[in-house]
Amino acid sequence: MITLNVNGQAKEVDVDPATPILWVVRENLKMTGTKFGCGVALCGACTVHVDGKPVRSCSTPVSEAAGKTITTIEGLAEEDGTFSKVQQAWVDEQVAQCGYCQSGQIMTATALLKNNPNPSDEQIDAAMAGNICRCGTYVRIRKAIKLAAGNTPETQEA
Amino acid sequence: MGKWTRRAFIGAGVAAGGALVVGIAVRPGNPIDRLSPLVAKGEGEKLINAWVKIDADNIVTAIVPHVEMGQGIFTSLAQMLADELDADWSKVRILEAPADAKYSSSHIGREFLAPNLEVPEILEPTVSGSFLSLATAMTLQITGGSFSIRGTGQRAMRTAGAAAREMLIAAAAKEWNVPASELRAENSMILHDKSSKSATFASFATAAAEQSLPAKPKLKSPKDYKLMGKAIARTDIPEKSNGSAIFGIDADLPGMKYAAVKAAPVVGATVEAMDATSAKTMPGVLQILNMGDFVAVVADGYWQAEQALATIQTTYSKTEGDGLDQEALFTRYATMLDEAGDTDGDVETEEGDVGEAFASAATKVEAEYKVPFLAHATMEPMNCTAWVRDGKCDVWSGTQSPLMARKTAAETTGIAIDNVAYHNAYLGGGFGRRSEMDVIIMSTRIAMATQYPVKMIWSREEDTMQDHYRPSATSRFEGGLDKDGKAVSWSNIHTHLFDPQEAPTVPYYNIANHKIRKVDVPTHLRFGPWRSVDHSQHGYFIESFVDEMAHAAGKDGYAFRRELLAGSPRHLKVLDTAAKMSGWDNPLPEGHGRGIAFVPSFGTIVAEVAEVDMTGKKPKVTKVYVAADPGFAVNPDGFAAQMESSVAYGLTAALYGEISVKDGAVQQSNFHDYPILRINEMPDVVVEIINGDHKRLGGAGEPGLPPLAPAVTNAIFAATGNRVRELPLSKMNFA
Repeated sequence: MITLNVNGQAKEVDVDPATPILWVVRENLKMTGTKFGCGVALCGACTVHVDGKPVRSCSTPVSEAAGKTITTIEGLAEEDGTFSKVQQAWVDEQVAQCGYCQSGQIMTATALLKNNPNPSDEQIDAAMAGNICRCGTYVRIRKAIKLAAGNTPETQEA
Repeated sequence: MGKWTRRAFIGAGVAAGGALVVGIAVRPGNPIDRLSPLVAKGEGEKLINAWVKIDADNIVTAIVPHVEMGQGIFTSLAQMLADELDADWSKVRILEAPADAKYSSSHIGREFLAPNLEVPEILEPTVSGSFLSLATAMTLQITGGSFSIRGTGQRAMRTAGAAAREMLIAAAAKEWNVPASELRAENSMILHDKSSKSATFASFATAAAEQSLPAKPKLKSPKDYKLMGKAIARTDIPEKSNGSAIFGIDADLPGMKYAAVKAAPVVGATVEAMDATSAKTMPGVLQILNMGDFVAVVADGYWQAEQALATIQTTYSKTEGDGLDQEALFTRYATMLDEAGDTDGDVETEEGDVGEAFASAATKVEAEYKVPFLAHATMEPMNCTAWVRDGKCDVWSGTQSPLMARKTAAETTGIAIDNVAYHNAYLGGGFGRRSEMDVIIMSTRIAMATQYPVKMIWSREEDTMQDHYRPSATSRFEGGLDKDGKAVSWSNIHTHLFDPQEAPTVPYYNIANHKIRKVDVPTHLRFGPWRSVDHSQHGYFIESFVDEMAHAAGKDGYAFRRELLAGSPRHLKVLDTAAKMSGWDNPLPEGHGRGIAFVPSFGTIVAEVAEVDMTGKKPKVTKVYVAADPGFAVNPDGFAAQMESSVAYGLTAALYGEISVKDGAVQQSNFHDYPILRINEMPDVVVEIINGDHKRLGGAGEPGLPPLAPAVTNAIFAATGNRVRELPLSKMNFA
């Protein structure tokens, strides 16, 4: 048994410690907001936070998260469902198209703004370059990050 | 009828053409008794007609027969219906139509069979009925071809909304005993101004559903639109921002198991021998299946299935595709084109005498262009979940063609279609890829060999190597200019592609003599529609060659196109708008260039100007200006989003897109060797929409793509003098 802390809740899972976090979250914990995209940390669709830092969950064994906190897209909104500033900016700028990559995009953007509340255009591009969006919503992702930054100098996770 | 393909459909259309002329008839009877059990099962819900239901709380639900793959179609179609109905948008909900023949997209038949058919306005609301039987027979319920708004929206959603409004008004008139002409609808209420009476739609829903369907519901004129033409927020974006949106890959069933698969690398090969000794003993592994054309491992978890699959050793049978390399393919294309010479091949269009005009031209221009195969690379890898038990079959996926998916599952399992249910979810990208049925077939075959629901997920490698590819192609041109630099002849021969048939043609350009031919070049790879289909190749070919002719004529690319479009004010306006947006005449710094391209497709006219910076190691596209006339943009923000998206999709292809074959197998496997544009490479995109014709609407999902590549390569030429005659750009040596 591995004990995990996911979105503030303790979870016990009986899995091979080498299993990537992605599949534990999706299949064992039934939280499907985190997506499988490439399996080799090239696309960012599977991004979650481990101790607040963005990691590629498809390539990170669950054993590495034992004793640490995992935050997934489901953990960003407040308990009553109110969106985080980043999520709300995504809605306000009408970012998502197919939406498949957006959980990963939002997790990466949230981590960026936590460390750098007012990123420059170059810093946004550099931080987000690991997340592929096949629908090409990049123009709106930039706008949404700026909107979220303007609204909240001290962006935080719920 | 066999498996549906776009090409087969066009063929079938010729045979069925007669029905179009004689078959126009008012659709019989109100179908709500048959449809209600499918879509209005809730307490107090009342189906008014096929596409509208109203519940006791006055919530209006628009039933949309298309799938949501990012194009925002749920919202746009509901907007069209709700506007005609005069519904309160805050009380409108959206339901994807079930995979049932009664909801097939008959209008696609109409668009494919007779795209330019002018129908008297009185028949406009009913004409699609003439295709219902044809489309039903062909089991269509497809989302593609940029048809949803211009087809379903214009012909079904608006008509349904208007009809429902008239039915509600008729019911209210009867109950209040006043003439219907004194009643109006507003914000989901029926109002009688004279008596100041008002009541909700819901209070008349039951009586309205018993009204006969109006034969010719009156549609609004554009000045009366309240929702159409507004940038209404998409209803699916909140759930796509908090992880709650359910895609095909998110299907979850009690007792579900997972399958990882590996298909024969060369299409057509079968597994000759398989050694699964170590896989059998690996944790979680339940079954190892040799399915002939692929191997599957079923396990408790997907990762376990994948790990086990990786240990299986397989050998495959020989096929005709073995030994074939990409260069050999291009050589084969060249040979076929050579053999066609000046006269052979299938003539697609011909006007005047190109031979004579070219021979006597003052300036002759010749060029050959090549483009590679392309994969779709949807972010959500292909997947499907199926469960076969007790003579029943259930299938969960995200497909562009739910009805075809259901039929395919029935055919694959041999289970009667009434006992097959297909459940569609959001599509994590479609772009044409999800109109193919391969995963439905594979998944139901796995389900037949197991006793539980099985979710089959393709690895990214499978997704890249087992696609139905955008065809690679070669296209050759000869163009003639007179002594004033005016285009007098246009001759093109290209390897055959897919559809639409008009993709290689340039009827909008004023060139007196033209002839366009194609030659068939069979390859063993599977082809499939890829965003904008043949326009993706021909847009690049045509607009590159136009630019070469302009240069040979000593003219600016924009000015030369203006001459070619003389007499077409609507086309000119789009071209002029793009040029103006870009500040076409403003000088750019050394090493920078600007290129223009113009491609009408899917009913929408698009011109794009790209700016490139060639001072670095590789081309950097800094800005793209898009001017587009879709007739009328139902949701301008959604339309703009599709233009932005097309720029990114097109730029990925122009810069990097290349699937190549070695020894019959696709060489690329994941994003390291099939790169996708990233945010740091994304240009600024400026979109201007021109509402040029409110009656006949154009598409949004595809027409932004074809002009992108030639706008970029023409800009590279402007900056460097290097003409790009082969894509992708990553193959070019810019040093």
